[in-house]
Amino acid sequence: MMEALDIFTTASLWDAVLRIATPLIFGTLGALICERSGVLNLGIEGILTLGAMVAWMTVYQGGDLWTGLAVAAFCGGMFGLLHAFLTVPLGLSQHVTGLGITLFASSLTYFVYRLSLPVSSSPPTIEPFQPLAIPGLSDIPFLGEALFSQTAPTYLAILAAAITAWVLAKTPLGLAVRMTGENPHAVEAQGLNPIRIRIGAIVVGSALMALGGAFLTTATFNSFFPTMVQGRGWVCIALVVFASWQPGKALLGALLFALFDAYQLRLQHVVEGGVPYQLFLMVPYVLSIVALIVMSRRARVPNALMAPYRRGER
Amino acid sequence: MRLERRTETPLALALSAPLIAVAIALALSGVLIAIAGANPLQAYYEMLKGAFGSRLSISETLTRTTPLVLTGLAAAVAFRSRLWNIGGEGQFYVGALCAAWLGHSIAAVLPPVLAIPVMMIAGMIAGALLLLGPVILRIRFGVDEVVTTLLLNFIVLLFVSMMIEGPLKDPLAFGWPQSVAVSNDVMLPKLLSRSRLHIGLLIAIAAAIIIYVVQSRTVFGVKSRAAGLNAAAASFAGVSLGSTLLVVACISGALAGLAGAIEVTGLKGYVTLDLSPGYGYSGIVVAMLAGLNPLGVVATALFVAIVFVGADSMSRAMGVPSFIADVIVSISLLTMLVCLLFTTYRVRR
Amino acid sequence: MTQPPVLELSGITKIFGDLVANDDISLNLNHGELLALLGENGAGKTTLMNILFGHYTADSGEVRAFGDVLPPGKPSAAIEAGIGMVHQHFTLAGNLSVLDNVMIGTEGLGLLNSARRPARRKLAELAERFGLQVDPDAMISDLSVGERQRVEILKALYRDARVLILDEPTAVLTRIEADKLFETLRTMTKTGLSLIFISHKLHEVMAASNRVVILRGGKVVAERNTAETDRAELAELMVGRRVVRPKRQDQRAGDTVFSARNISVTQGERTLLDDVSFEVRSGEILGIIGVSGNGQATLGKLTCGLAEATQGDLTFDGRTAKSFTPHDLVESAAGRIPEDRNTEGAIGEMAVWENSVLERISEPRFNRRGFVDRKACRDYAAELIRRFDIRGATPDTGTRLLSGGNMQKMILGRNLASTPKFIVANQPTRGLDEGAIAAVHTELLAAREAGAAILLISEDLDEVNALSDRIQAIVKGRLSAPVAASEADSRRIGLMMAGIWEGEDAA
Repeated sequence: MMEALDIFTTASLWDAVLRIATPLIFGTLGALICERSGVLNLGIEGILTLGAMVAWMTVYQGGDLWTGLAVAAFCGGMFGLLHAFLTVPLGLSQHVTGLGITLFASSLTYFVYRLSLPVSSSPPTIEPFQPLAIPGLSDIPFLGEALFSQTAPTYLAILAAAITAWVLAKTPLGLAVRMTGENPHAVEAQGLNPIRIRIGAIVVGSALMALGGAFLTTATFNSFFPTMVQGRGWVCIALVVFASWQPGKALLGALLFALFDAYQLRLQHVVEGGVPYQLFLMVPYVLSIVALIVMSRRARVPNALMAPYRRGER
Repeated sequence: MRLERRTETPLALALSAPLIAVAIALALSGVLIAIAGANPLQAYYEMLKGAFGSRLSISETLTRTTPLVLTGLAAAVAFRSRLWNIGGEGQFYVGALCAAWLGHSIAAVLPPVLAIPVMMIAGMIAGALLLLGPVILRIRFGVDEVVTTLLLNFIVLLFVSMMIEGPLKDPLAFGWPQSVAVSNDVMLPKLLSRSRLHIGLLIAIAAAIIIYVVQSRTVFGVKSRAAGLNAAAASFAGVSLGSTLLVVACISGALAGLAGAIEVTGLKGYVTLDLSPGYGYSGIVVAMLAGLNPLGVVATALFVAIVFVGADSMSRAMGVPSFIADVIVSISLLTMLVCLLFTTYRVRR
Repeated sequence: MTQPPVLELSGITKIFGDLVANDDISLNLNHGELLALLGENGAGKTTLMNILFGHYTADSGEVRAFGDVLPPGKPSAAIEAGIGMVHQHFTLAGNLSVLDNVMIGTEGLGLLNSARRPARRKLAELAERFGLQVDPDAMISDLSVGERQRVEILKALYRDARVLILDEPTAVLTRIEADKLFETLRTMTKTGLSLIFISHKLHEVMAASNRVVILRGGKVVAERNTAETDRAELAELMVGRRVVRPKRQDQRAGDTVFSARNISVTQGERTLLDDVSFEVRSGEILGIIGVSGNGQATLGKLTCGLAEATQGDLTFDGRTAKSFTPHDLVESAAGRIPEDRNTEGAIGEMAVWENSVLERISEPRFNRRGFVDRKACRDYAAELIRRFDIRGATPDTGTRLLSGGNMQKMILGRNLASTPKFIVANQPTRGLDEGAIAAVHTELLAAREAGAAILLISEDLDEVNALSDRIQAIVKGRLSAPVAASEADSRRIGLMMAGIWEGEDAA
């Protein structure tokens, strides 16, 4: 039993928490931005897959890691644009369209991957992001190793959360996005175009999602393989609800979630015999469902979420 | 430019919508095939040949159609009542696992005439129960069932993995993670000798007809349609939304569970983690392409089966990755959504 | 007038599907003027103003503001030109603050920080100048309807509007609040603003405006200086033909059919109905009058079987309970006309026959061992269409294609066809034109004559006056004691609607 608690005092656990949290932070922020503007983006799972492959492929073909991230973000944004076009001006079902985007993005990803790299037994690898020790802070005993020796995209994720929080709360653009998610008619009546605002939010949100996917292949692992996203997108959608659509809470939620995940991975090695490893692997999904149930009563959903807005509709 | 609601949908437009959607999807996918270095027309010809070129390929296509009809019906039934059951994949697996377990254990006790229905019903119950959880959460707490059913798919897959490596592991499978096998005498009878085609196809088609009749002719059908179209008006008229949703969930989950049970008892004989190449998710596409019409589902399931079976052989012949099948199917879903929109709306400047 | 008009609309035409909503409309607004745009429901007033403001694009015609042509379909251009619009359905976001709602769209979207302090100051100044006090930090959802309207007006003023359009501004106000609003509007015209308000209420048009433009069937039919016309002339111009609303004949009421005793309904911390009692007797109409949003929706839900009393109970058909189900009510011969025919009354995507039988589909006459007897259903629908004169419908017509009036006749028909003992009619003529209103009134009075007990919930004073035997006012979820129609003059009812009634012991 002591061993189970000792895990918490290992720096490697906390180091892993931030690493596991990074794609979730990007994904959750992306989904959150879409939803604050009033559009559910279930394309997330496919966009994560796409981002993972595209970033990896760029680097594999000789691009540098940052170029890989940029290309991933761009491609994610393009799929966001497709989702936006179908759900905003056309007003199609956000549920079904999102699933369609996920199916399309993942199948296209696998197609392109298989096309450029015919079957091989072990997937080829790239040189991933290395930990970037923050001078000074990383020398602090324990904390330095636990928190300040991350790869650059992890710091970027935390920065993205801060920027998202600021933009939404403090800027006219953020107000416009929030108001579009609450009542697009109010936005239109004040001379702004809610359709453009939604499209913009979805494109930006989807680009962030793709960064989350890209992190998987350029930092967590060093190769791409199908099904590597493993439902992380759906977890992010649950985390948005858990976070009550607040970027700060989204960051916390992703970290908390990653803590459970990192902990169960280590617990697997500690717990002796008899407990099937699959039970541990279920933890993230079960937690997501629990989070949804717990927060369902208290969460403040954007009022116009999933309500299509058509101009001049009578 | 903006969209304006049509006063009426011309019948020709409604009927041609799926055809137009598929044509556009094939054209777009053709670009990818060309990029892959093959002639799209020739590739499509190879696909058709792969799906229909021989007695064997026809039987394979129909075998592949069977689970798609059932998962397609599962999605169609649920979506019509605005129940977003995306958990077809999970329900498929629990149905399959149940049937495999029973097929292994009760075959010794029950004669086939009884054992087969028992396995089918058990699979249906398992699928229904799995969907009831998310639906009750939605009714009681307002939890969005899309996310819960999606997450359950992953949980179920891990559960299946746990079972086939644990209590239900086949000891004779040389260590492969594979469930105990359904006893040979309780496997579903073949429909066509010297082929893999089994009577599951007939069960699936019968299910489509029954669902069609229930939806269009029965009191429950009218009530559940009302609940899906306009919940406020339906409950004003005295339709109990909660219980309607529960019944719809049972039917939907049962259909997906039945798909799994049939796939195991008709075809594979045991459960592995690759029993389904995403039948649950493809079912959503099948249902949407059919405009949620249960009879249409049979036709669109056949289409999706053709694409998958055909793409496999086309891939072997022309070197285009077989993932093109998933691409064609997913683009069809998106183009179908757009085409459906234009059956109810038209563009005005 | 020597000054050129501030607004000129010329040749505006707008077509929705088969409906010509605006047909070659031209009108001007002069500087400092309070212009009333008068017309029945469906006359095209709101469409015209939505075109003016850029929500809709006209099929032809143009709008000039201060001499310059406005680009069509751009609210931002209208705002830029100094036009402000106060929508009937407020365009506010409930979960955001007043200041947020006022500031949206006023700053460049590229700014890194929002200048809230000067905005707050400007808002306070405007509120002071026009007597429109609101707390800038209050959430919209916590404000009363009257306060929300103030925010809507402030939004326009904040953007330096010189022309203000108000769409049915008094629909949600009490008479007293409405008088105060018109006073504010007159102050505004003195400071150089020009205003258009849309209305179908003759008395307020007569009282407040300088000039009236009358719209009927999408066309301008007349234009009058208010001083040179009277209610009778306006009424005739507005309706265009002589429609006589039927009048209630005296009749002795019978036994109590439906009663509510000390009913309260609470939802979370909010009290929706507060210790409400009433009884409706056979052969009488009990009118519940009140300004929108005072508990009518809950009262309607309660009596239609969609809400439960937290305290107190209902008695109907020999049973006393906290609530009835829609099924109970239909079984016991209650007719229910819901507040909103489009969301509750009918399902647009279903056929007329389906909507006609939906609430009785489990009855043996339509239900053969779980299967729908489609012939019986269609016959029933055909009978309703014939008996209640539902125009443009066959049993298989999509219900969405019916006009509002005909849809209401269908709803009325399915409730009246089986001689109900009790009828709830919640806002039965909302949004209908005069012809349809008269038809609905005729049917309700016929039902009364046949002995039905009718609970009429309405915001329309004329309607309640014309139909009811007794009247109770609903204010903030409370009911006044009933007043016999003979004792109810408009002053007394006006006071009752403002919440002032003698002896707080609501019966």
